[in-house]
Amino acid sequence: MTASAQPAPLSAPLTVEFPFTRSLGPVQSAFLTGLRERTVLGARTAGGRVLVPPPEYDPGTAAELRELVEIAPAGTVTSWAWNPAPRRGQPLAAPFAWVLVRLDGADSGLLHALAAPGPEAVRTGARVRIRWAGRRTGAVTDIACFEPDTESDAGSAGERAGEPGADRADAPWPRPHAAAFADPVTAVTLPARLEYTHTPGRAQTRFLHALAERRILGERCPGCRKVYVPPRGACPTCGVATAEQAEVGPAGTVTTFCVVNIKAKNLDIEVPYVYAHIALDGAGLALHGRIGGIPYDEVRMGLRVEPVWTEGSRYPDHYRPTGEPDADYDTYKDLL
Amino acid sequence: MTHGTQRAKEPVAVVGVGQTRHAAARRDVSLAGLVREAARRALDDAALDWADIDAVVLGKAPDFFEGVMMPELYLADALGAVGKPLLRVHTAGSVGGSTALVAADLVAARVHGTVLTLAFEKQSESNAMWGLSLPVPFQQPLLAGAGGFFAPHVRAYMRRTGAPDTVGTLVAYKDRRNALRNPYAHLHEADLTLEQVRSSPMLWDPIRYSETCPSSDGACAMVLTGRTGARRAPAPPAWVHGGAMRSEPTLFAGKDAVSPRAGRDCAADVYRQAGITDPRREIDAVEIYVPFSWYEPMWLENLGFAAEGEGWKLTESGATALDGDLPVNPSGGVLSTNPIGASGMLRFAEAALQVRGHAGDHQVPQARRALGHAYGGGSQFFAMWLVGAEPPGA
Amino acid sequence: MSAARDIAVVAYARTAPGTVTGDLSEVEMVLPVLREVLGATGLTTDRVGFVCSGSCDYLAGRAFSFTMALDGVGAWPPIAESHVETDGAWALYEAWVKLLTGAADTALVYAWGKPSAGDLPEVLTRQLDPYYLAPLWPDSVSLAALQARALLDAGVTDERELAATARRARVGGPEAAEPAVLPLRRGDCPPVTDGAAAVLLAAGDTARMLCERPAWIRGIDHRTEPHALGVRDLTDAPSARLAAERAGAYDPAAAPLEVAELHAPFSSQEVLLRRALRLGEGVCVNPSGGALAADPVMATGLIRIGEAAERVRHGGARRALAHATSGPCLQQNLVAVLEGDPS
Repeated sequence: MTASAQPAPLSAPLTVEFPFTRSLGPVQSAFLTGLRERTVLGARTAGGRVLVPPPEYDPGTAAELRELVEIAPAGTVTSWAWNPAPRRGQPLAAPFAWVLVRLDGADSGLLHALAAPGPEAVRTGARVRIRWAGRRTGAVTDIACFEPDTESDAGSAGERAGEPGADRADAPWPRPHAAAFADPVTAVTLPARLEYTHTPGRAQTRFLHALAERRILGERCPGCRKVYVPPRGACPTCGVATAEQAEVGPAGTVTTFCVVNIKAKNLDIEVPYVYAHIALDGAGLALHGRIGGIPYDEVRMGLRVEPVWTEGSRYPDHYRPTGEPDADYDTYKDLL
Repeated sequence: MTHGTQRAKEPVAVVGVGQTRHAAARRDVSLAGLVREAARRALDDAALDWADIDAVVLGKAPDFFEGVMMPELYLADALGAVGKPLLRVHTAGSVGGSTALVAADLVAARVHGTVLTLAFEKQSESNAMWGLSLPVPFQQPLLAGAGGFFAPHVRAYMRRTGAPDTVGTLVAYKDRRNALRNPYAHLHEADLTLEQVRSSPMLWDPIRYSETCPSSDGACAMVLTGRTGARRAPAPPAWVHGGAMRSEPTLFAGKDAVSPRAGRDCAADVYRQAGITDPRREIDAVEIYVPFSWYEPMWLENLGFAAEGEGWKLTESGATALDGDLPVNPSGGVLSTNPIGASGMLRFAEAALQVRGHAGDHQVPQARRALGHAYGGGSQFFAMWLVGAEPPGA
Repeated sequence: MSAARDIAVVAYARTAPGTVTGDLSEVEMVLPVLREVLGATGLTTDRVGFVCSGSCDYLAGRAFSFTMALDGVGAWPPIAESHVETDGAWALYEAWVKLLTGAADTALVYAWGKPSAGDLPEVLTRQLDPYYLAPLWPDSVSLAALQARALLDAGVTDERELAATARRARVGGPEAAEPAVLPLRRGDCPPVTDGAAAVLLAAGDTARMLCERPAWIRGIDHRTEPHALGVRDLTDAPSARLAAERAGAYDPAAAPLEVAELHAPFSSQEVLLRRALRLGEGVCVNPSGGALAADPVMATGLIRIGEAAERVRHGGARRALAHATSGPCLQQNLVAVLEGDPS
């Protein structure tokens, strides 16, 4: 069989989604619980700098940070960017500014969103304050966003905040704080969802198109002449492209197997069942499949099987015995 | 062929070893807190501080486990890597071993004097099976779960060698007993009996529940340095006598999944570097990556400790027990502790602890040479090192 | 760090810039560049001493995605091989170290990225602090825009210079002036590009045997910034400068740098890096077009080393600098200094 024209490329959505559970450790627990209580905590380093949000370890010295102090819920914009088309998951649905804010009493910037009517309303040095979320759970999103702080936006505060140490003498921030809260948050659940478009590649596309006609099409390596099924576009031992197509099967030999007694999530198969490696006739290696049409405890290495196709399924639903005599071990021992 | 001015490699010493307490879920720490626990212990063991470290090499298995892409970026501060080189390695299940070898090369090549290497996994942030089996469109789903992937290879091993079906349970029982002597191990099943192992549910026939590894949160760290650093170390170091990685394709025509050639070649390279000609006699303790009990006899053959087809006899004879003549996994091994990305480094680190005489209650008496082994992917990626109590060439 | 053993780039290949390789699998994308560098040197995989690759599962949306690309190498008999979950420039660094140890005389390095499979700026949010930053989903363009604003505020650059930098990298249509995340406009941001690259390294006489004019790696080093943007000076990249210093970029006895390939996916970052690395007017920056012209993420940094080596090997440059980066707003920076033999 020779190479045929490349069929139209296939693609399909691929969603990677999980609600990750994150245990916090003491510092992050205190900070996020603080947000729930509308309190902003920072970490004081041995050098006297106050970092917000509080890292667990000093970025400069790697020292463990444990001394927490309270910081003002208002501060000064140190940089900003206008986001005209917010993405899924970002703090605000309407266009907003990303801001780095140095809260009064802090020496580092906190990244969050600033609600503003347009980029002309935002500037570096602007005074902003936290707008708290209505429902707070102990997460960085308990800060709904920042909003302009009209009361203290006189410009002078901004300049003062720009001089390290100068603001410390006359400002009340940072304040001592015990960082102890009732019912502290010790873990957060943070769902994450990413959407991809998966394209299986040319070799697999050729294979999948043949599967739709219930043919199992491998590809032969021009070097070692082995037939790969499913084909992957390259012979993995020779490192060259495969393109010559070779139909294999439909019958094959069970080379090894296990009996599955534990129900896997997302699989609607009654246990026990047999999961087997099957070397289709003509293939250079085994593929995987379920064995049916025979009691699970009668399946054996060397059993001859053939695919059983069902409507609406891309792959054979399972393989069943052909009734031929078992294959001799020596004929398949290199195909386990 | 090599350049004329080239000097011999710098001998590499392990002067610090640290690991976390391992558990199904370390809910008391963040990701950074977890890696710090191991790193801090390794530094303390070496009597060093963050400023003494020239570079950090970090390894872990797939980022989807924790849902943090390239977590070394976020962990840079916790690992004292600011202003320093920070390298991230990922070679699937063998990564803990590969990571240590990359760190060792940095010292051997005299690029850096003292390197911190670390591997971790916090599997409780997601779910190991989810991370390992993200559905890929168009691909036939794996119909069997993790154990089902390996069980057919175990059956193939049994068919090939005629091993009695009880051998796997002996390994599981031995490793869980060893774990009772290791305070860091995840599983501490003090009341477990061999009979219970033998009657535990058959999940993926021929693999029983008690023959499978747990899913753990944990981290492991080591401090590697050269001769100068070793002289300053407060305790005797472990010296690296040989180290190698080998890879072969995932699936290919002619693959021997029971005894992959990449594993054999990797061991041969390590033994050649270390001058080992008879591993069974010359190696005193072995920490091999055994996620399912039957992999002990399989790897014993693959690594040259037993002739082909004879590995199970070594296990059955009791030679691999803590008081046998070739103790395998005195720490309790992967069967007792499995933070996937760190599991390989734990093997390397436990081998180092043995030759330093620091293995505590699971110390193999007078261990002078020990092998650390890791593997991953579809039995395709291998990383090993051989460490000794004496400097190489001594 | 300067080396006790001379190691050089002896071959380099990349996929065509500016492509989206929709219907190709990773291995189908990687295979041609692997064949090209092996073919250029007459080597076969079994004669290469070490293999190292760089890629990232999060781009593909699949765990262990690198294991499939290994199919293109021909890893039989088994090979000495490793993989970094970051840009291939760091794979090259690992291979350079391996060659320094003397355990190998040649190394094949490759990297690939297929960011077109996902929404790259959104995917990159997953590499941020998972507690304080990732829950806000701040995309990579927004973070670069915050950095650009800091540069504008500091008077380091202006929007005209950014636009001129963008134009030099690639011919943009009228859409180049459309706002992305301001102050960045679409022309300041990289196009979505898939691609792969491969580099062959060789040591000493082997390098001279394998190619006419090796590009010797006179030094290579990489350094790290703190992760949080709020504790960094976003207008500078001290870790890039430190890496350059350690790589010997400022060696007063050496020939002047003629070319620099900078891994700057945003025009503002190119401006920043020129300044942070103290590149003078005489240095030709990004003759390849740079990351602004093509950004096959995870291969982009390796391509900078390959392109800088090309200028040395075929472009008549005596000395060139290559830079690679990883992480938000240039968190990690790698610098290599490459030199040709005096002609």
